Amino acid sequence: MASSRSSGHRYVAWWFVAPALLVIGVFFVLPVVAALAISLTDFDIYALADLSNLRIVGFRNYVELLQRPLFWQALGNTLYFVVVGVPLSLGASLGAALLLNSKLARFRPFFRTALFAPVVTTVVAVAVIWRYLLATRYGWLNYALGTLGIAPVDWLGDPHFAMPAIILFAVWKNFGYNMIILLAGLQNIPEELYEAARIDGASAFERLRFVTLPMLAPILSIVAILTVAGYFQLFAEPYVMTQGGPLQSTLSVLYLMYEEGFKWWNLGSASAVAFLLFILIFGVTAVQTRFARTEFAR
Amino acid sequence: MIVPKPAALVVNGVLASASIVVLFPLLWMLAASFMAPGEASTYPPPLVPAHPTLANYRELFAHAGMGRYLANSVLLAVAATALSLVFNVMAGYAFAKLRFRGREQLFRLMLGALVIPGQVAMVPLFLLLKHMGLVNTYGGVIVPALASIFGIFLVRQYALSIPDELLEAARIDGASEWKIFVAIVVPLLSPIIVTLAVFTLLGTWNDFMWPLIVLSDQNLYTLPVALASLSREHVQDNELMMAGAVLTTLPVLIVFLSLQRYYMQGLMMGAVKG
Repeated sequence: MASSRSSGHRYVAWWFVAPALLVIGVFFVLPVVAALAISLTDFDIYALADLSNLRIVGFRNYVELLQRPLFWQALGNTLYFVVVGVPLSLGASLGAALLLNSKLARFRPFFRTALFAPVVTTVVAVAVIWRYLLATRYGWLNYALGTLGIAPVDWLGDPHFAMPAIILFAVWKNFGYNMIILLAGLQNIPEELYEAARIDGASAFERLRFVTLPMLAPILSIVAILTVAGYFQLFAEPYVMTQGGPLQSTLSVLYLMYEEGFKWWNLGSASAVAFLLFILIFGVTAVQTRFARTEFAR
Repeated sequence: MIVPKPAALVVNGVLASASIVVLFPLLWMLAASFMAPGEASTYPPPLVPAHPTLANYRELFAHAGMGRYLANSVLLAVAATALSLVFNVMAGYAFAKLRFRGREQLFRLMLGALVIPGQVAMVPLFLLLKHMGLVNTYGGVIVPALASIFGIFLVRQYALSIPDELLEAARIDGASEWKIFVAIVVPLLSPIIVTLAVFTLLGTWNDFMWPLIVLSDQNLYTLPVALASLSREHVQDNELMMAGAVLTTLPVLIVFLSLQRYYMQGLMMGAVKG
């Protein structure tokens, strides 16, 4: 009796998980596996019309990509965005979290919400706003710089400044997310540690250096890993603000995948780009994770 | 022990100026959306409209099809949220509280799959949906959002705290598993359901790349896709674009502000997963 009921129970459980698993299996797992397969074919607009035009080409898509200057340019731009953008983003998050956590801070809920607001906004919409803030002749940023005596900069039209402008935008848009997580981490640090440090005569800076940062390190490294993974997926910002230009200076790997796949319909090549990006993200975050583990194991 | 005043002034001063700088683009968007055509592109840039007007909004609805895009966005975000809530809550509860073979392995496998960026799946997903006749339909936009590993994870973590005795007692009383789920589990899970609903709603509303790929008919465009396309046509129309940006961001900001507590809770739980 009891066993028959628990086996019925077991059977019912599958009805609970089946719909979600079916969706994830059919619309995520299957496509990921298929992406690997498609990246080994010459799937293009002719194959899209008639599958009999499809040929298996092995690793040719990958080889051709690695020989294309445009791919390396996109990779370089994306790495630029990650290497400069992530530290700036984390720095802003940490700074804001430390200020919000200060006992001296007032109106904390207001400041917290204000600093977090850009996170929930729509990338496309705020990218449109920033395009005007960054305008050369009448934009607010150049106006502000002008009051400091700095000549106007053609932010989105100059290949040297387009990526910095996008990084500035991305930091503004995203820092609030990690700020909230780091703030929670700060609030979990026991007050006694600060008391002890104070009794030992530690200055405010020393307390930050020897109490706050070490205690925050585990959560800081998690946040860093997630942010790196996220920043590698740059797409909407350049799509709206610069369309990858000027001179391809803001073309990201994902933008290249989009153009290859859905503008030129080279779906085989686009899948190869997607896979290379995946391998890259996986590799970098794996190194970060290993580094974090050995750091904290000591 | 008297707190030195200058330190407090510095902390609050920096916080206040940072907030102003961060909010400035959003406030200026709102101000510029009420400006007359051309007013925002004068130098020095004006902070507030000289003669506030609703002309930009009228223009957007009358000639740019904004009403249609707004309706599309609302419909898609609400439908995706409602359906995915049903799927994710059921699965999350089962992973926490129902026993079935392979449960732990399956769950670990799903968490492992979180490292795969969604864009890897996009090309084959497009082909699959084309095959199913779902490209360029509302269904095509919603389908990949119907279940999410993150959502299942969120619900599972929360559902773990439901006492087993409560469920056992209901079973002994002869309640079916469905009855238990609907009458006992769902009410207990309501806080996390609200959290997940806010996350999904904001996520689907703000989503850009997938709708951009799967929709080609302008009549089906969501607000972000429509705004991106309009902004390429109307490069010079600052004020019009600002009104479009207001219509796109204001709804999510309102949802966020009214349900902030739930949103922040989900953010914390999500961060713990790493």
